[in-house]
Amino acid sequence: MTSRLFLQAFQAILVLFVVTLAAPSFAQQGDPKPLIDQIGKADFAQAETLIGQIAATGDARVVPALQAFSDGDLYVRKSDSLVFIGKGSGANLDLTEPVTGASAGSAPKGAMTKLRINNNLRRAIRSAMGGLTLMSPDRGTRLAAADSVLRAPSAENLELLETAIAKETDGEVKTRMEEARAVSILSSDRPVEAKRAAITTIKGLGGREALGILSGAVATADPALKGELEASIKSINDTLALWDMVQNVWFGLSLGSVLLLAGIGLAITFGVMGIINMAHGEMVMLGAYCTYMVQHLIRTEAPWLFNWSLAIALPVAFLVTGAVGFVIERGIIRFLYGRPLETLLATWGVSLILQQAIRTIFGPTNQEVGNPSWMSGSFALGGLNITWNRLWILVFAVVIFFSLMALMKKSAYGLNMRAVTQNRRMASSMGIRTPWVDALTFALGSGIAGIAGVALSQIDNVSPNLGQSYIIDSFMVVVFGGVGNLWGTLVGALSLGVLNKFLEPSVGAVLGKILVLVLIILFIQKRPRGLFALKGRAVEA
Amino acid sequence: MITRFILRALEGKIVFAVAILIGIAILVPALNLLTPPTSALHIPTYAMALFGKYLCYALLALALDLVWGYCGILSLGHGAFFALGGYAMGMYLMRQIGSRGVYGNPVLPDFMVFLNYKELPWFWYGMDWFVVAMAMVLLVPGLLAFVFGWFAFRSRVNGVYLSIITQAMTYALMLAFFRNDMGFGGNNGLTDFKDIIGFSVQADGTRAVLFALSALMLALCLVVASAITRSKFGKVLVGVRDAESRVRFLGFRVENIKLFTFVVSAMFAGIAGALFVPQVGIINPGEFAPANSIEVVVWTAVGGRGTLIGPIIGAILVNAGKSFFTGAFPEFWLFALGGLFIAVTLFLPRGIVGTIQHGFNARKALKAAAEAEKGRGDPDDVARAVQAAE
Amino acid sequence: MNTVSETRTKSLLYLEDVSVSFDGFKAINSLSLVVEPGELRAIIGPNGAGKTTMMDIITGKTRPDSGRVIFEDEIDLTKKDEADIAQLGIGRKFQKPTVFESHTVWDNLELALNRSRGVFATLFYTLSAEDKARIEEILATIRLAHRAHEHAANLSHGQKQWLEIGMLLAQEPKLLLVDEPVAGMTDAETAETAILLREIAKTRSVVVVEHDMGFIRDLGVKVTCLAEGSVLAEGSIDFVSNDPKVIENYLGR
Repeated sequence: MTSRLFLQAFQAILVLFVVTLAAPSFAQQGDPKPLIDQIGKADFAQAETLIGQIAATGDARVVPALQAFSDGDLYVRKSDSLVFIGKGSGANLDLTEPVTGASAGSAPKGAMTKLRINNNLRRAIRSAMGGLTLMSPDRGTRLAAADSVLRAPSAENLELLETAIAKETDGEVKTRMEEARAVSILSSDRPVEAKRAAITTIKGLGGREALGILSGAVATADPALKGELEASIKSINDTLALWDMVQNVWFGLSLGSVLLLAGIGLAITFGVMGIINMAHGEMVMLGAYCTYMVQHLIRTEAPWLFNWSLAIALPVAFLVTGAVGFVIERGIIRFLYGRPLETLLATWGVSLILQQAIRTIFGPTNQEVGNPSWMSGSFALGGLNITWNRLWILVFAVVIFFSLMALMKKSAYGLNMRAVTQNRRMASSMGIRTPWVDALTFALGSGIAGIAGVALSQIDNVSPNLGQSYIIDSFMVVVFGGVGNLWGTLVGALSLGVLNKFLEPSVGAVLGKILVLVLIILFIQKRPRGLFALKGRAVEA
Repeated sequence: MITRFILRALEGKIVFAVAILIGIAILVPALNLLTPPTSALHIPTYAMALFGKYLCYALLALALDLVWGYCGILSLGHGAFFALGGYAMGMYLMRQIGSRGVYGNPVLPDFMVFLNYKELPWFWYGMDWFVVAMAMVLLVPGLLAFVFGWFAFRSRVNGVYLSIITQAMTYALMLAFFRNDMGFGGNNGLTDFKDIIGFSVQADGTRAVLFALSALMLALCLVVASAITRSKFGKVLVGVRDAESRVRFLGFRVENIKLFTFVVSAMFAGIAGALFVPQVGIINPGEFAPANSIEVVVWTAVGGRGTLIGPIIGAILVNAGKSFFTGAFPEFWLFALGGLFIAVTLFLPRGIVGTIQHGFNARKALKAAAEAEKGRGDPDDVARAVQAAE
Repeated sequence: MNTVSETRTKSLLYLEDVSVSFDGFKAINSLSLVVEPGELRAIIGPNGAGKTTMMDIITGKTRPDSGRVIFEDEIDLTKKDEADIAQLGIGRKFQKPTVFESHTVWDNLELALNRSRGVFATLFYTLSAEDKARIEEILATIRLAHRAHEHAANLSHGQKQWLEIGMLLAQEPKLLLVDEPVAGMTDAETAETAILLREIAKTRSVVVVEHDMGFIRDLGVKVTCLAEGSVLAEGSIDFVSNDPKVIENYLGR
C-alpha cells in the first residue's frame, strides 16, 4: 500500500520535474534552421548529434526536412552551403525551404550536393520524427506517432514523449502516449521505481504486444524487477487465456449459427412433419445458387445495387426453393407418408438429381459470390476480432429462428400446422385441408433452407456439393436437440457449435468433428429422443 | 442339429441360385484362362474383374438385406463394414510388398516412410500373416457392429434415428481415415499391391481364383443367410420387423436378436470388402462415404428387400447400369440413379424379385380361394383372398 | 377389508400405491390393485382413466415414478423389462390386435410357444411332436384350425384378436392381460370371446380391460372401475354399476 502511494507520488514529481525542465528548453531553442544548415557540413557522427538537437527543438515543421534527409532528397547548395529539400527529375531540382516549406526556386543538379545518409542516421531520424510528430497539431498524427513509438520504443524519445504528454489534452492520445512512455522507460536507464511503474502501465495495456515487450525485457531487466515482470506476464497470459476462451465461445456461436441456419428448415420438415428430407442440403445449395444468380444479374445490369444483392436474393431464394419443395412434396413425398425410410430413399434420389442438374447447368466448379461492403471487414471488441459477415449471419439466424417461432405459435397457419401434425384425422374433420397444410409446411421448411443458403453463400464455397457438407450436421443438430422442438434445435445448434470450437484447439479440427459425432452417437443412446424430449404415450404413436 | 440348420437353407430357389453361382465360379475363370483371346467365348480379364466387383457388391447388398429386409433396421453405414474388411485385406497386401516399395523399406509401407514413421503402428503387427488378416476381416467389422449395436439396440434407438446415427458412424470413420496420422495411408489409402499368399495380384490366374472365390463366398453367405432366415430365429426376425413390441411381450430379447443379426451382417460386409480390394487394387477412405452406403440401399431396394435373391440381382443390375452409363453418358448417371431411388420407392416398393414373388403368391391365393369356395363356401375368406391377390 | 400383509401372502399380482406422470399429467395416481391366482377380473373406466398405462406398468413398458408392483409375492416387476416379465409368465394382448401379419397362423403360434427364446436356441430349433400337438390344440381352442397355413394378414379383425389370444395361450402365462378383446367384433364373436376367456381363466388369472358393459356382464366376474388413475369402485358388476361415483364418472355421461 505504502509503496504504491510512494510510487504514485514519485511519478507525479517526476512528471512535474520533467515538464518544468522541458518546457523552457523547448521555448529557448526556437529556430531549427541553423541546425539543419549545419548538417550540410557535418560528418555522419556530427549529423546524428544534430538530428538529436533538431528533434529537441520540438518544432514539428522540420519533419518534412528529416523525411527528405532519410529519403535522400536533402541537398546542400554549393554556392552558399544552405540546405534545401530538392525534388525533381531531369537536370533541374525544385528546391524547398527545409523548415518553412516555402519554394526556393530551382537549381541545376550540378550546383547542389546530395547529403549522404546511412542506416544509423535513418534510425536516428525515425526516432526523432516519432518524437516530433507527437507535437503535431493534428490529433490523428499524434495518435499515429504514439503508436509508432509504442511499436518501436527507444530511450531517446523519452523526454520528448514526456513533454508531449504534458501538453496533451486529448484523453485517448494521452493514454496511448503514456503507454508508449512506459514501454520506452523499460529500455531506458531510468531508475527501478520508474520502470516498476512502467511495468504496471504495460500490464494494463495487455495483449500480445505487451506480452512480447515484457518477455523481451525479462532477460535484461534489473533483478529487482524480475518478480514484477513475471507476475505481469502471468497476469497478461491469464487475460489472454480468458480472451481466448471468449474467442472460442464466439467462434462456437458463429459455427452454431451456421448449424442453426442449416438445421432450422430440417427442424420443420423432420422435426414437425417427420419427413426425412435428404434433399435438404440441396435446398441450401439452391439458395446459394439463387444468390449467385441475383448477384450475376446485378453485376451486369445494375452494379449500384450490389450492396442490396443479399436483400434481393432472400425472397428470390425463399420462393425458388419453396417452390421446389412444394413440387417435391406434391410429386413424391405425399405418397410416402407413414413410411419414413422410403421417404429417406426417395429424397436422396431427389438430392442426386438436383446436384447433377446444378452441375450440368453451372459446371462443377465453385461460383464466386461476393460480400456486400457491409458484410466485409471486421472490428475489434476487447481482445476479440469479429468479422462482420459472421456477426450478420448470427443475427440473421436468430431473426429467422424467432420469426419462425412466432409463425408457428401465433399465426392461424401455425395453428393449423400443429393441429395436422398432432392429429391428422381430427384436423381434417375440423375442416383443415391437411394436404394443403402438408405441402405448405414442406415448402416453408425448404424455403427456409433456401434463405439459409443465401447466408451460407457468404462464408462457404458455392458448388454443387455445398449441400452435402451440411446434411449430416443438420440431422445431428435436430436429433440432438430433440425432434419436434424448435427450442431444442436452437440449443442443440449453439451448444454443438461451441463444443466443436472448444475441442478444436486441443485435438484439431477433423478429430474435433469426429469426437462431436461420436459424442452425439453416444448421447442418442442415452437419450434417444434428444435434449428436449417429449414424454408420454403420444411419443409411441 | 447343424446339418438340419443347413439343410433347411437348401430349399427351392436357394439351391438354384447356389448352383448358378458355383457354375459362374467355374465357367467364367475357365473361359478367361482356357480360351484364346480371339475366341468368341473368351471373357477378357477386365470384364472378369468388373463382374467380380459386382459379386462383392452383391454380397454387401445381401448383408444389408439381412438387417434391413428381415429385421427392419435400415443401416446407412454398411459401407463402413465393407471398407473395414477391405482395409484389413489391404493391410495384409501392403505388408506383402516388403522391400519392393518405392522406398525399399522392408517393414514400413511406402506411405509410412513418406510420413516419417519410425516404426510400425501396433495395429499393423501380425497383419503380414494371412490367417490373422483374414480373422481381422471378420473381427473388426463384427466388433464395431457389436459395440455400436450393443449401445444402440439396448437403448432402443429405432427407425430413422438408427439410420441417421449409422450414417454419422460411417461419416466419422471417413473423416478419421482421411487423417494421415491414423496410420492407414490417409487420403491415398492403400494401393500398389504386389502379392497375395505368394501369387501376384496382377496375374490372370490369381484374378481368376479371386473371381471364383467371390462367387463361392457369395454362395456360402447366401446359404448361411437362408439358413438363418428359414429358422425359427428368422421368423422372430421378421416378427421384430413387423411388430417389435409383440416379440418383446412374447418374451424375446429383441436387442440380442438385432445384435446377432447386425454382427453377422457386418461380417458379411467385411468379407465382401476383403474380396473387393485385391480385385480393384486399392482401398481408400472414399469407401466410407455416406453416399456409398446409401447406394447399397438402392441396390437392395431395386432387387427386392426381404428376399435373398433380390439384393444380389439388384446389386448386379444397378452396377452394370452404372458401368454402362458412366462409360456412355457420364452426365446422366446421377440422374439415372436419383430417378431409380424415386421410381423404386414409389412404383416398385417390393423390388423386382419381391414383385414377382408377390404375383406368384397372389396366384396361389386365388387358387386357394377358389378351392375354399368349392369346399367350405366361406364368402368372407374368398373376398379377402381375392383382395390380397389384387 | 383385508390388511395389506394378509393380501400379499396369497396374491398373484399386487400393485401398491403406484403413480406415474407424463409431463405433469398424472396418468396413474397412487393406484393399488390385487389379483388373486385363478381370478378373472374385469377393469372398466372412462378414456384416460389409466387402464392402458396400468398394463404398460405391469408389463414393464413404462416405469412407475413411485410404488411397488409385486408378482407372485416376491418378484418386483418394476426392476424388469418386457422380455423378463413375459418370461416370468405375464402375457399381454394389445388394444389393437398385434400379430405377425407376414407369418402364417401356425408360425405365429410357433413363435409364441413357451420354449427357450435365446438366439442360438431359436436358430437351431426344430419342431417337436409335442410342440406340434400343442399348436394344434391351441388352433382348435381359438377356432382357427382351418386357416392354420394362411398369412395372418388375411384374417378378419375378430380372428386376429383370437389369434393373439391364442399366442398368449401358447406362452403359457400365469397371468393374462387382455386389452379390449371385443372391440370391433360382431355380437356373435363377442359372445364366443366371452366363452373363450372364461375357459382360459379356468387354468390361469386373466385381467380384461373392456368398455363393452354387455360383455362384462356376460363374463360375470369381479369388476374394478378406474378413474383418473386410481380405483373408484370394486365389486360385482351390479354393485359397481350402482355406485354413484361410477355413475357420475363413467356410466352416466
